[in-house]
Amino acid sequence: MAELARLIAVLAAKDLRVEVRSRTALVSATVFAALVLVVFNFARDPASVAPETLAPSVLWVTFTFAAMLTFNRGFALERENAALDGLLLSPLPRGALFFGKYLANLGFVATVQAVTLPLFVLFFNVGLGGALPGLVLVTALATAGFVAVGTVFSAIVVRTRFADLMLPVLLLPFLVPPIIGAVQVTTRLLAGRPLSEQVTWLRFLGVYDIAFITLCALVFPALFDE
Amino acid sequence: MPASTPTAGPHPVESGPGVPPLLARGVERRFGALRVLRGVDLTLAPGRLQLVLGPNGAGKTTLLRVLAGLTRATAGEVLVFGESPRGPAVRRRLGVLSHQSHLYDDLTPVENLAFAAKLYGLSEPDARSRDALRTVGLEQGADTPVRRLSRGTVQRAAIARALLHRPEVLLLDEPLTGLDPLSVGRIVGLLSAQLAAGTAVLLVTHSIAEVWSLADRVSVLGNGRWVIDEPRQGAWEDFTARLRASLDG
Amino acid sequence: MTAAVLHAHRIARRGLLLTGLALAGVLGVYWLALALTPIERWQGAAQKILYLHAPAAWAGMLAFSLVGLAGGLYLWLRDRRLDVFAEASAEVGLMFGAIVLTTGPLWGKPVWGAYWTWDARLTLTLFLVFLFVGYLGLRGALSDPEERARFSAVVGILGLLLVPFVHLSVYLFRTQHPKPVLLKPSAPSMPGDMLRTLLISVGVFTLLYVGMVTARYGIGLMREAARGAADAD
Repeated sequence: MAELARLIAVLAAKDLRVEVRSRTALVSATVFAALVLVVFNFARDPASVAPETLAPSVLWVTFTFAAMLTFNRGFALERENAALDGLLLSPLPRGALFFGKYLANLGFVATVQAVTLPLFVLFFNVGLGGALPGLVLVTALATAGFVAVGTVFSAIVVRTRFADLMLPVLLLPFLVPPIIGAVQVTTRLLAGRPLSEQVTWLRFLGVYDIAFITLCALVFPALFDE
Repeated sequence: MPASTPTAGPHPVESGPGVPPLLARGVERRFGALRVLRGVDLTLAPGRLQLVLGPNGAGKTTLLRVLAGLTRATAGEVLVFGESPRGPAVRRRLGVLSHQSHLYDDLTPVENLAFAAKLYGLSEPDARSRDALRTVGLEQGADTPVRRLSRGTVQRAAIARALLHRPEVLLLDEPLTGLDPLSVGRIVGLLSAQLAAGTAVLLVTHSIAEVWSLADRVSVLGNGRWVIDEPRQGAWEDFTARLRASLDG
Repeated sequence: MTAAVLHAHRIARRGLLLTGLALAGVLGVYWLALALTPIERWQGAAQKILYLHAPAAWAGMLAFSLVGLAGGLYLWLRDRRLDVFAEASAEVGLMFGAIVLTTGPLWGKPVWGAYWTWDARLTLTLFLVFLFVGYLGLRGALSDPEERARFSAVVGILGLLLVPFVHLSVYLFRTQHPKPVLLKPSAPSMPGDMLRTLLISVGVFTLLYVGMVTARYGIGLMREAARGAADAD
């Protein structure tokens, strides 16, 4: 068990190091998120729609689309020089490969979100009040599940010619249930409702996460079982 | 099919104790309708080197992948020390060099090998990494990202990576390609040392001159089957002539 | 033609026969619905689209579940026929999904005044259609047959798990936002003869699914066999 954790950490650290050197996904995703926020700000009639009404939807559309940009990085990286074969030849269990990539993806998505949230608060003039802890919680819960699915799908689409197009087509249906929950909770939190009232949706998100993380970890090895 | 009599010498029967490092029986592999491997037998013995030659498209790369456990055989079996190479336990004892380097372009050779060392659970990954690179004569450039290194240097780094965890079976796909004469000499010396230490080696190559004297067995793959499979005998020039004749005929 | 191709051909023919029977059954359902089933009080004649709409949704859901199941079995047994079946079921399921998405608005407009109502069945079917399209699109983008089979199986399995979550989230979404629409598309308390027509239609559509998938499966097998025969030696 400890060995597994060690291997997962080694993998995620390697991904992080490569990303820091090459700076491909993170910068693009963050800039993209900022731009999307700007576009949304102008894509409404300020007289008829107040920013607060749209804010939660805008936040979550931005989060998820920016996150999708970071997923393909993980396995595109392994295509260089067939590095993936190097991983498959080692004693690394396939499950560890999944969790290593998953953790790295979570790290990248969390970074993008951490930069996007303050920008969002700034651009949309949102009063956070005491809602921040709740927001962090719902963001974590809503993100954990779809990043798992994104990790699996990115391993699949990297073998196709139009990876960047195929990923959203496959992944977006899986994003909808978490987004529904996330927007519901975010709206209420920003309106000042307490976290304790959001238990139904939070539980829904939690179950989604457990179900998909488990299934993704289970089916992932089959992708490399030539 | 070439109109020559395929020469298949007796398959080495292991009289010694222990399980053969690598054993392949009746290996077939098809991709959809295409049959790439059509029944290949192979036995590697400790401290012995088998050369595998063959024209492009004969199935050498696929054979290597099946032996390494990356691809499953559609029929037949592959056993590394009595177990399937598709399981994690025995992978530790296998070292593979393929056409691609398995290295990350943005990391340096030292970082790449240290990462590999951690994957294999080796202690002192950085020290091991530098040692392995030194063995292949890679000191300058060891701290430069792979992206900026010459092909020969990358090749040497890849060889070092294959040897890093001291495997008992080596599957090498054209290790000498792209190397300058000095490096060729060094790698041949390295192989010789490995054989002396008891490592079983399978070496796929197009050019046999440099490694001929190391080889114990020579096989030629043609159309997914052995066209020649015999103990090494005579000079490499004679063998090359025979080979050309049999494949042209 | 080789034995395998002949065998596949026989399967395809049987499938076409079943399909023909089922289509006759559909005509029968039409007649049953229009001539013999009473008109629903609140919705009027337009309600009769239900007898096509709901069973088509059922067939689409059946098709989808079998795609996921066949995928799971393929990963376990590695039998290529399971993959051929999954592809067949996905194509047929997509067709049924399209039927649902077209009959829905045809029903919605006269009865509720809107072409699209985000009701549970319509929304779920929309998701199924997206998943089918993604599944078939992925298959088209992968050239190696074994890789294609493995990867589509994984997508199918994940898609199957998604269904209950879509259903649940739409339900939760709607209960928090009750629409001013009064009627549920299929009231559980249906009078006897309407329920009977509906059930007959469900049976007919199931038969239609079986027939079409069998035919498509046979065609898929023929393609596989033809490719296999192309490799001499």
